[in-house]
Amino acid sequence: MTARTIQVETLARVEGESSLYIKMAGERVADVKLKIFEPPRFFEAFLRGRHYSEAPDITARICGICPVAYQMSAVHAIERALGVKPEPAIRLLRRLFYCGEWIESHALHIFMLHAPDFLGYADVIAMAADHRELVEKALRLKKIGNGIVSLLAGREIHPISAAVGGFYKVPTKAQLLALVPDLEWALQMSVETVQWTKGLEFPNFEQDYEFVALRHPEEYPLNEGRLVSNRGMDIDAAEYEDHFTELHVKHSNALQSVVRGRGSYLVGPLARFNLNFEKLPKAAQDAALSAGLKPPVRNPFRGIMVRTVELVFACSEALRIISEYEPPAVPRADIPNRAGVGQAITEAPRGILYHRYAFNERGLILTAKIVPPTSQNLRRIEDDLREFATQLAAWPQEEATWKCEQAVRNYDPCISCATHSLKVRIERETD
Amino acid sequence: MLILCCGNPERGDDAAGILVAERLKELSIDAQVCAGELSALLQLWDGAHDVLLIDAVVTGSPPGTIHVWNASETRLPAQSSESTHGFGVALAIELARKLGSLPERLTVCGIEAGNFDLGAKPSPAVQKAAKDLTDKIAAECGYFSVV
Repeated sequence: MTARTIQVETLARVEGESSLYIKMAGERVADVKLKIFEPPRFFEAFLRGRHYSEAPDITARICGICPVAYQMSAVHAIERALGVKPEPAIRLLRRLFYCGEWIESHALHIFMLHAPDFLGYADVIAMAADHRELVEKALRLKKIGNGIVSLLAGREIHPISAAVGGFYKVPTKAQLLALVPDLEWALQMSVETVQWTKGLEFPNFEQDYEFVALRHPEEYPLNEGRLVSNRGMDIDAAEYEDHFTELHVKHSNALQSVVRGRGSYLVGPLARFNLNFEKLPKAAQDAALSAGLKPPVRNPFRGIMVRTVELVFACSEALRIISEYEPPAVPRADIPNRAGVGQAITEAPRGILYHRYAFNERGLILTAKIVPPTSQNLRRIEDDLREFATQLAAWPQEEATWKCEQAVRNYDPCISCATHSLKVRIERETD
Repeated sequence: MLILCCGNPERGDDAAGILVAERLKELSIDAQVCAGELSALLQLWDGAHDVLLIDAVVTGSPPGTIHVWNASETRLPAQSSESTHGFGVALAIELARKLGSLPERLTVCGIEAGNFDLGAKPSPAVQKAAKDLTDKIAAECGYFSVV
């Protein structure tokens, strides 16, 4: 079983500490382990005893790339527990905040982590020598996403303005309008980038995934919606733990999520796109269709294309929000303490992020549970590799290794906040 | 001249650049503090002609050793990190070099670090080096002879 049409690409990057081990016996894959050896960080434990109002700022520190996601899942879960519904202007600002994070995160992954795989470079520096314009566009795009986050959050990394009930400070209409020229450029550039991905070469690899994403009746999902799948799931966030469970495996410090009674599933851009295509703005739908991309997309290597379509969405949605925005009467609702339990799911750039909090009548957190998107994809990544590696049985060691790394990078795994490489080892039995 | 001080005040000797920035400010010398993230660095030095960048480094020398590199002419002796979290100073310099956006003059001062423990204080050797380096910057108005 070989796939000779695939061009072997080269090493790029992931986030956090992990290694990959694949053992092959002839053409058969005997073992796959995505080893997560980054130490557990105990966020859920040290949230206990803190006031719920601290949860958005504490959980934002889990990730330097998707802190907005942590803040959004935290504020929504806590507001559900308190029975609070922020006013429409706050809802709009939160979507805009998320658009900023999607733009910076997707731009980072598309151009600086994943593109070198497809273009045949070891890293973005090598790629910059031949694709200077592409890297410059990527940096400008990322800067535009950073600009939205900075404006709403006080700073680019580890935002500090999002709060239960709203924001500590909200922007003026004029401040948002100042973002428009850059966002218009970003929208145009994103549309062009979708076309650019059309020319990339993708391995012939499709899987029968269970796609899981939020679905909202009117919008492409960011902050709200029911959790749905292509296998009939349709649940509220409060039912999440009835349908999913986390498993501990010996080789990973990160838990692996599975759908109870079914197994691995896929969250992130592919799942959102496949389950919500009709909710994308017309510009994003047109860009996708003109690039030959329509749901269902079952080839994970095409994730780079879907991310570019989501860039079109994020820029287009940001522009829509800015045109509609009028500042709220008060930035943040004043909420009295009360006991409660609340769950929420929002769409981080890499997929759904689940938070649950229980707190007492003084608002002090009794228990917290956080399930990040990468732990929901971990088992699915291993399942992909179990299938994909069989295609590479006859490939030279170095090329097969690089290709497997690329298969991991399809998921843009955000292992955690540390500085270590994804080291891949493929062991072959000779008898 | 633009002075950029990189570091993390919560990770032991990684605070070296921050210590220098604090001391420079006491001497009324402007210095920008940043975490050393790639896109932030590229923005900070955009349009600057003469940049002095201070950060903690690991070369194997004793902690507190001060290194000076002329980064506008030579590549830093740094290994590339595979993680996005390592999209830091060395990568920013090399990417800027490829993109033609490196400042005409970029001097990197590295203070050798020995301990990056979470929550740890900078070691006495690094604190002393930060003071010495600050005094040198102040005395020489930020201009170094490249060693």
